[in-house]
Amino acid sequence: MIKSAEETVSVAGERLAIVKGGSGKPLLIFHDELGYPGWMSWNETFAHERTLIIPIQPGYGKSPRLEWVRTFRDLAGFYSQVVRELRLDPVDVIGYSAGGFIAAEMVAADPRIFSKMILVAPMGLKPAEGEIMDIFPITMRTHLRATVADPAGTPEFLKLYGGEMTPEQFEAFEEARAESARIGWEPYMHNPALPYLLRGTKTPTLLVWGTRDRVVPRGCIDAYQQAIPGAQVATIEGVGHRPEIENSTEFVRIVSRFLTE
Amino acid sequence: MKVGYFTERPARWVPEDVILRNGGHFAVSNSYFDRERAAEDYNYFIDENLYAEELGFDIIGLNEHHGNPFCMGSVMNVEAGILARLTKKARILLIGNPLPVIKHPLRMAEELAEIDLISRGRMITGWVRGAGSEQFFNNANPTYNRELFEEAHDFIVQAWTRPGPWRYEGKHFHYRHVNPWALPYQKPHPPMWIPGTLSPETVRWCAEKAYPYFGLGTSLGPTCDLWDYYADEAAKHGYVAGSENFGYVLPTFVAETEERAQELGQGFLFGGGQNSFARVEHTLPPGYNSKEAIRKLAKQPQGSWLGISGDKMRGHAEEQEIDVEAIRQKLIPGYQKAQKQFQLIIGSPKTVLPKLKAILTVLRPGSLIIFSVQGPVPNKDRQTSMRLIAQEIIPALKEHAKSIELVDALERAPGSIKLTPGTSRGPVSDRGPLKELGLA
Repeated sequence: MIKSAEETVSVAGERLAIVKGGSGKPLLIFHDELGYPGWMSWNETFAHERTLIIPIQPGYGKSPRLEWVRTFRDLAGFYSQVVRELRLDPVDVIGYSAGGFIAAEMVAADPRIFSKMILVAPMGLKPAEGEIMDIFPITMRTHLRATVADPAGTPEFLKLYGGEMTPEQFEAFEEARAESARIGWEPYMHNPALPYLLRGTKTPTLLVWGTRDRVVPRGCIDAYQQAIPGAQVATIEGVGHRPEIENSTEFVRIVSRFLTE
Repeated sequence: MKVGYFTERPARWVPEDVILRNGGHFAVSNSYFDRERAAEDYNYFIDENLYAEELGFDIIGLNEHHGNPFCMGSVMNVEAGILARLTKKARILLIGNPLPVIKHPLRMAEELAEIDLISRGRMITGWVRGAGSEQFFNNANPTYNRELFEEAHDFIVQAWTRPGPWRYEGKHFHYRHVNPWALPYQKPHPPMWIPGTLSPETVRWCAEKAYPYFGLGTSLGPTCDLWDYYADEAAKHGYVAGSENFGYVLPTFVAETEERAQELGQGFLFGGGQNSFARVEHTLPPGYNSKEAIRKLAKQPQGSWLGISGDKMRGHAEEQEIDVEAIRQKLIPGYQKAQKQFQLIIGSPKTVLPKLKAILTVLRPGSLIIFSVQGPVPNKDRQTSMRLIAQEIIPALKEHAKSIELVDALERAPGSIKLTPGTSRGPVSDRGPLKELGLA
């Protein structure tokens, strides 16, 4: 079992909590709008060959909120400073959902920041068809359950969210929801300028999407593919918004192949 | 003291089952909207408020809500403008304009100035944050709710008092040319009274500015606690809070007989009543409440606050079946309980008067606003209640208020009594009778 550790560092003029684990070439990971859920089996697998670097988004409990950050683009600008200051660039990145939005904003502003980019069910672009699920006017349990196709049949989902929600978890989710709302309220979880800013992106890009995703529609993947014509698409059958825990074997296989090819 | 009249102007034609099935008033489909009934009632409620003035109520209160049939006042300032022209002496109290969801404070300053001018200085304006559901309705970012509220307020006061033109570059609002050519009749600006449901942040803000705070039918004990908090904060700002700093809005319905009152008073529970204003997921949008409030909620799973508990927040109510009959069954004991706790005052003049006197004694508000019945109660019965309150209750109530020295915010400016250094503030409520009323 590979251990991960969380540390808070001073970087880019702010305090930022970062979870690190594994060894080898760095792999940057942006968690989704619900926050960093913990070290899961897919982390463990990648950590054998890569050093996983997972910043905890500012405002998500562990890292203080940055009042000056008011949009995902602001946040992406901050993270770009972090990457440069930590001398990580160019780095491989995986961004989940809203974390994919962050990565896309970063590459749009600095086409050389990532060596390879994997966007898993990414938000950030207005879907070509359908709508990104509005996660704000629903309770958090409804939201959580909507993230996977089959909650009862997803052991890692049950491990994370099964049983009673503790007051600490409740508070952490509320903080995550509040921060997502603060910077993603309007336009809802996308930037209308982003498709234009992504034009000409040469970074090898993989778009991962589960066929039963209820949060991010296929239309988002289509919009990304339109904006980044060279992007590959990997579709995983029967899973929802969190393929990394719903079918981690397949997810790891697809992502590893892309990273090593 | 002043006594006011207030109604939510309920949409009285919506089938109750529809509201119960929806789990709240907010988000009931407007496919149920009836333009003929609505046209009739917008006119009726204007007339009802004119009747309130005729009966001698000192104040006519208006409010607004969005996206639900609980309250027809979607744009209260329109109604206030009409009342400003048609009334002669009643003060027009707006409780209140939801600044964060309107998002255009310069326009708001102009609208209110016109109302104040048409009424020749009879407007009292109040501000609210807007209900949680209204953040969704108006697409107002809930995480900036309090910032928007405070910035909009500060801007409006400036727009009313600082000669223009000037430029404004704030955090949330930006105006390159502030120079409204409609300024309030009252100088330096109209009085501001703030309604609330006991959020300490709002109470503190009111105390800092010496704005009267109005409890919206809040439980008596906790209201006393918040009054104390207000008075302590007031002392920090160097003044003594008194009855002029407080008001109370109380759901009240009166009929000739006890039986009739009890029957029609159930209108307060129509569609689940105030506690069913909106479903939990609409009531607390992310970031709408302070971290402290969320922490408190998380640790009190069973605790109910506006019908909201930590358990409900954690749940997934949207996916659960709603049993209309089961909800109805729960409403009746709730009706009795609310009356026992003095949250609803219902009865004949004989039984209502002592209850209202007791509330005045405990809370010592400078102003009392009578909140009229909800639900499909006929016009005639609504007016009977108003008449009985005005003729058989208010005179005695005002006598009582005088005997216990309740002074309102129009008689004595809140904040005008300075705290003598080295002395402590006096009491602002009287918890004494609570025990006797079974509320201690």
